[in-house]
Amino acid sequence: MSRPLVEICGDVRSGKVTARSRVEAYLAEIARREPEIHAFNEVHADAALAQADAVDAMVASGRDPGPLAGAVLAIKDNIVMREGRTTCSSRMLANYRSPFDATVIERLRSAGAVFIGKTNLDEFAMGSSTENSAFGVTKNPHDTTRVAGGSSGGSAAAVAAGFCDASLGSDTGGSIRQPAALCGCVGFKPTYGRVSRLGLVAFGSSLDQIGPFARSVADAALVYDALAGRDQGDSTTADVPHEPLAAKVAAPLAGLRVGVPREYRSGANAPAVAEALERAIAAARAFGAEIVDIELPLTDIGISTYYVIAPAEASSNLARYDGIRYGHRAKLAPGEDLEALYSKSRAEGFGPEVQRRILLGTYVLSSGYYDAYYKRALQVRRLIKEEFDRAFERCDVILGPTSPIPAFPIGGMKDPLSMYLCDVYTVNTNIAGIPGISINGGFADEGGRRLPIGLQLQSKAFAEETLLRAAAMFERALA
Amino acid sequence: MADALTDADIKKIAKLSRLSLPDSQVGAVRTQLSTILGHIAQLQAVPVAGVEPMAHPLRIVNRLDADEPKAPMPVADLLRNAPAVEDRYLAVPKVLGDGGGA
Repeated sequence: MSRPLVEICGDVRSGKVTARSRVEAYLAEIARREPEIHAFNEVHADAALAQADAVDAMVASGRDPGPLAGAVLAIKDNIVMREGRTTCSSRMLANYRSPFDATVIERLRSAGAVFIGKTNLDEFAMGSSTENSAFGVTKNPHDTTRVAGGSSGGSAAAVAAGFCDASLGSDTGGSIRQPAALCGCVGFKPTYGRVSRLGLVAFGSSLDQIGPFARSVADAALVYDALAGRDQGDSTTADVPHEPLAAKVAAPLAGLRVGVPREYRSGANAPAVAEALERAIAAARAFGAEIVDIELPLTDIGISTYYVIAPAEASSNLARYDGIRYGHRAKLAPGEDLEALYSKSRAEGFGPEVQRRILLGTYVLSSGYYDAYYKRALQVRRLIKEEFDRAFERCDVILGPTSPIPAFPIGGMKDPLSMYLCDVYTVNTNIAGIPGISINGGFADEGGRRLPIGLQLQSKAFAEETLLRAAAMFERALA
Repeated sequence: MADALTDADIKKIAKLSRLSLPDSQVGAVRTQLSTILGHIAQLQAVPVAGVEPMAHPLRIVNRLDADEPKAPMPVADLLRNAPAVEDRYLAVPKVLGDGGGA
């Protein structure tokens, strides 16, 4: 087990270690292995060192930089910050420089964190492999012939490869939890409304949520504590008070009820994934939890629901990229009009998967199809939420695999629908707006490589304390 | 449901999406969208009579904040990302056609 981040930051706060030395160590590791992994779109070496020096100067002058003093973080490149560019791994935004910091960046800065760079993603966070990036594929640090997962593949790989202490991702249908699973780190999506989305480039606004990747549940909790809470700049942040959790996560829960849905023990799970789940169930029994057999019959329908709602919201959100105010602008031939400017700029700026989702979303929202697709998906969405509500009357957390398969070979998933189907265990979390976390649950042996397997825990909305404490219990039991 | 998508449907959706789609790609896009919509057709089998659509996971009512002016972003910062600028304005192609009056 790695050294807890709270202790590392404690050493920086007390002056025992400098933030600069920590950044330098990570930059050395990045220089050594980043060419092979490609976790980053940009490494901000100079800015990170300057931020580290500012932290060290505060300590030297007797002031406290904050609970994340000298914590070195990588940021998914769809979260805006003043340093460098925010590209969403898209040609559309290849040169975009944000005039402001996202709320999460402001909060992390004021907690003493240092930002080492922007991480690769599937373009506009649409994908499950980080292969749909305009700037190249991120490789899995456990086997560089395989994907890191997605869409926050760069943030997951950065933690797994030891390029940073923790990172931020965004999760619309599993984009934090699935890459965490495939890269063997912790990935935590908080309840919808816990963390401000101001400065997160919008994909599916009723689904998107920012959360941390980390080496441990306790580290994830420490970063989450800095992120959570109402923001005047995001009217969908909830007025639910956030109690800091980092100091609480190590405390076990007595009488924990762990729900295991029949549908999560599906035959579609790879054998090693199925074994990891059974091992986790046995471990839970051993630490005194009650295992509750539950049913979530709408598990499979989640994919269809999600692939109506998310593209519908995306087609609307991405309408802003018109080549006028920012982003890619096409060159027009003589006589071409404004309409051509929009259509050509968008066709040149967006990659195939983004265009596919815009087309799909436009279709399900179009006259004559709205009721059959979009409205119906929103009705099923309510049924999925109610199904979770009923389940959480009988259990405190729901346990299952994060992904039915470990990391797959780069280029191995040709058909978009096959890729979508891998999101079966993660999309309903976003549809219902509840929190979910992926922790490592073991490894699959594939041709001499050890590929991480992720276990997911979900809880009811705003029950992050229960969720993280339960996750820490599993983490200890499975270590 | 879902009548099979035609090439004309794809062209119409592309136009609504403001995505220029070469004729050579229409067939491939039709096949991909048809496959995805074929899967999504599962939704039709779920009984939803009387279920209220849920557009958002949170039950948030409109929240009013104090109306306090803040410093705006500098225009220069905002224009820095614009693909074409004239003076302090965004430059765009001519919007009105020949003979069109305002």
